[in-house]
Amino acid sequence: MVHHSIYISLLANTIKAGTILLFPTIGEIFSERAGILNLGVEGMMLVGAFIGFIVSYITKNPYLGFIAGVIAGGIASLIHAFISITLRGNQIVSGLALTIFGGGFTTFYGQKWINMTLNNTLPIIKIPILNKIPYIGPIFFNQDLIVYLSYITVFVMWFILYRTTTGLNLRAVGENAKAANAMGISVYKVRYIWTFFGGLLAGAGGAYLTTSYAPFWLDSITAGRGWIAIALVIFAMWDPLKALFGAYLFGGINALQFQLQATGTTIPSAILNMLPYIGTFIVITISSIIVKTKHIKPPKELGIPYIREEK
Amino acid sequence: MAEIVLETKNITKMFPETIANKNISFNLKKGEIHALLGENGAGKTTLMNMLYGIYMPTNGDIFINGEKVTIKSPLDAIKLGIGMIHQHFMLVETLTVLENIILGLKEYGFIINKKAVKEKLREIENLYGLKVDSDIKVWQTTVGEQQRVEIIKVLFRGANILILDEPTAVLTPQETQGLFKILKRMKDDGKSIVFITHKLEEVMQIADTITVLRKGEVVKTLLKNETTKSELAKLMVGKTTLRDFQKNKKETNEVILNIENLTVYSDKGTKSLKSINLQVKKGEILGIAGISGNGQKELVQTIAGLKKVAKGKIIFNGLNITNKHPRFISRLGINYIPADRLAMGVAPNLSSIDNAIMRRYYRFPLSKKGLMNYKKAFAYTRMMTKAYKIKLDNPFAPIKLLSGGNMQKLILAREILENPKLLIASYPTRGLDIASTQFFRQKLIEIANKGKAVILASEDLDEILSLSDRIAVMYEGSIVGILEAEKADKNTIGLMMTGAKA
Repeated sequence: MVHHSIYISLLANTIKAGTILLFPTIGEIFSERAGILNLGVEGMMLVGAFIGFIVSYITKNPYLGFIAGVIAGGIASLIHAFISITLRGNQIVSGLALTIFGGGFTTFYGQKWINMTLNNTLPIIKIPILNKIPYIGPIFFNQDLIVYLSYITVFVMWFILYRTTTGLNLRAVGENAKAANAMGISVYKVRYIWTFFGGLLAGAGGAYLTTSYAPFWLDSITAGRGWIAIALVIFAMWDPLKALFGAYLFGGINALQFQLQATGTTIPSAILNMLPYIGTFIVITISSIIVKTKHIKPPKELGIPYIREEK
Repeated sequence: MAEIVLETKNITKMFPETIANKNISFNLKKGEIHALLGENGAGKTTLMNMLYGIYMPTNGDIFINGEKVTIKSPLDAIKLGIGMIHQHFMLVETLTVLENIILGLKEYGFIINKKAVKEKLREIENLYGLKVDSDIKVWQTTVGEQQRVEIIKVLFRGANILILDEPTAVLTPQETQGLFKILKRMKDDGKSIVFITHKLEEVMQIADTITVLRKGEVVKTLLKNETTKSELAKLMVGKTTLRDFQKNKKETNEVILNIENLTVYSDKGTKSLKSINLQVKKGEILGIAGISGNGQKELVQTIAGLKKVAKGKIIFNGLNITNKHPRFISRLGINYIPADRLAMGVAPNLSSIDNAIMRRYYRFPLSKKGLMNYKKAFAYTRMMTKAYKIKLDNPFAPIKLLSGGNMQKLILAREILENPKLLIASYPTRGLDIASTQFFRQKLIEIANKGKAVILASEDLDEILSLSDRIAVMYEGSIVGILEAEKADKNTIGLMMTGAKA
């Protein structure tokens, strides 16, 4: 039984660590589906993590902190939206700038918060009945509210993408903006909405990190998770359901790394810290091969500014 | 007299460099098919884009059902009952037909009510005989089907005025007849149709009223029953007279190009050419016909060295040129005029001079030991523009600022001046006015008459028929048959383009 409980706590932590990646991955999927490549995920996550942390700390309410982090991520994304949609700037440069900005901003204002710890983290809420299911219960239904919110987000967003007119408009804009415009869809509006949504979810990932998984503040606390999320978008082939698997796979690597460090292994910590990135290489290589053979393509308009013809 | 549903009064559209439309007044009656006839660049599409809210007129008014309107966007146009079927289809290929049809509509709920959509599709099918499978993805459909989807899309939104921009350009003769049947049914149902074209035969077959445009102005509006093809041609072209081509039959049996078992894969990994066998003889013009997307482009690009050969051989003058470098191939005397001029024919941001010397900039006298001699380059460009009547206001300006016709002339001149032994021309006269078209067709014939060879791939069947000695018809990456031009007619070729064996 002892061994079992170790595995169950590892897997429960996998879900938690995976949730940090799941939100930004879903957000980036929707932003890219609209044709906007946002490489600022890492920056938006950092802003979300930082604001989430200090609001939780000050109000002593992790829910308020989480919400504040989500909004902060959304606001950060508007910088990218303005540059790449309205000004039609280069999306790669703008996204990288956003990531650098997020890092600089949180390092500067975070100095006095370094190594501070939250006393009130997101509480565990057991789901009645479901949490009694052997194995499944303690892993999936013995979590905090935000994890449950992430389950719902995946399925709701999948449904919106493939079954509703909103999702149809979004897919059309990302695949053929000119045709979408000819049918009376405002390309700019759709792109603003989903880039903002991507920012909200990146903020959610960051805020979840500091209000639950790692409730303290450190410089660059997201540690490249924003970049992993961008890689997961390709792994997921722009499909929210597949993002779930990718996020939990990397959540598992994170959790394992954490557990090994906690139990005192002889493997140097630097090697352990490398695990997620080595995993990223492997996953991207494999998924690129799959994408190539299955002829799945990124949204056609990805990274291309939309210019309405001159009147 | 039928009521007027659409009227333009003195519409003028100015672009920074040109006047595309000048004082255009025209009206469309209920239940008529009105052809807008004119050459490429006459301003037909510009005019219609103003009715569809893509451009705004610089001057002039538009009236719908007698009321003055301002059309600022396609959405405004749709609300006014105007539907446009663009020359380049506005479809999202990765979505299904049904999804494309309801794109942008709000009536079918947040969660799409497919049942209601399909019911309405059935109504349209019954009314006009427009049938498509609504559950397949657009990329899986044929060009003809895609056009039907475009028409359904417009009808679905309750359009009473339909604008079709060169709708037959991508269709086989049989598909064209099918389209005409549909148009007639729509007309009988009281819809009004604007039919943009430069093809006289189609106008005589389908239109009730004809408005001829030339250089952005209305030349005349006439009733079909009161005019003739030759009158229309004169109005369309102006003073230029048409002449027939003189071809001396100099065709030999000497093979210049021999293609054996050629197989090529597309970027998607599917076979785009399937074991092609083809011979080109000295002194002939070989036409390659086919609906776009059936391998013509891949075939000519492979000969020019731009695609990798997976299997088979290409022999030119006894020399194996399979998978050789494009420059090696062009130095041997094979020159290629690509169909997509902006993507492959020119470097859009470079000057006209740079583009004009692209084939020879690295050779003496234009360069010496790696240094360019721009004086010589300029002189060469001047010679080219003079000899080929290319209008070049500023040879140092980026070539993308040139009109499509002038750009095409420069590309043609550049390749012809290389004195090719085999000229591969993909849709060489696209976008040229009638006089220039004649000029370049004559050039192609001269090349063949000199004992050299020409491969002519074109979507314009008339062009292929009037120039070629033999015509190879392609379908799904294979050559379905090769016809002697004298024995070929449009109907047979049309059938073969859909896969029927000769």
